[in-house]
Amino acid sequence: MANKILDITKEHCPMTFVKTKIELSKLSEGDTLEVLLSEGEPLDNVPRNAREQGYNVISVEHVEGTTHKVIIRK
Amino acid sequence: MAETKKLSIIAFSGDFDKLTAVFTLGTGAAAVGYEVNIFFTFWGLDAIKTKHGRSFTGGNWLTKIFGFMMGGLKVTPTSRFNFLGAGPRIFRGLMRKNNVATLEELVDAAKALGINFYACEMAMHVLGLKKEDFIPEVKDVLGVASFLKLSDGGETLFI
Repeated sequence: MANKILDITKEHCPMTFVKTKIELSKLSEGDTLEVLLSEGEPLDNVPRNAREQGYNVISVEHVEGTTHKVIIRK
Repeated sequence: MAETKKLSIIAFSGDFDKLTAVFTLGTGAAAVGYEVNIFFTFWGLDAIKTKHGRSFTGGNWLTKIFGFMMGGLKVTPTSRFNFLGAGPRIFRGLMRKNNVATLEELVDAAKALGINFYACEMAMHVLGLKKEDFIPEVKDVLGVASFLKLSDGGETLFI
């Protein structure tokens, strides 16, 4: 089972969830995507959008400063 | 589970800023699960030409001149402050500096997200453009009736 890492801490809307969606669609079932993102719009939207589209959001944790990590499994 | 949400955008404008809005809305919607259709017509056809710069597309001398003046994605003007072409360069620089996606990046993302691109038959005919002048991602050439049918049940925007 593969684990991919995506850093979108420097991205802005819509590329935050656009890039997340593109990476998620490339995963095989059972793979996970670790997304590093910033507080605010990305943290509010990325996990929610992933859940709404049927992905499994395993965890959302604070890393340091304004950076958070979201782990999503297909 | 609710039906798939659908967004259809009529991309009429060939301006850099308005096309950026088209692709921002389109990619944003597609990224949150919408089915997205973009119908490129008139000036909007510039955004889906294979050649991003200027070229003499068209059948006769008049359409060739217009084809050259209109150009492709790289030479789209801003709707204000174009400053003879400096406007888009300035805005692209500002976007890159602030890490906001440029128009080209948004178009690439739209392709990666499987957004449906359609070209308007009437506008193509008038401007002397052929399907071969457009990027391969253009799914089909449509008229109004077909577009209305495929956008039915969703939301439609005119940009």
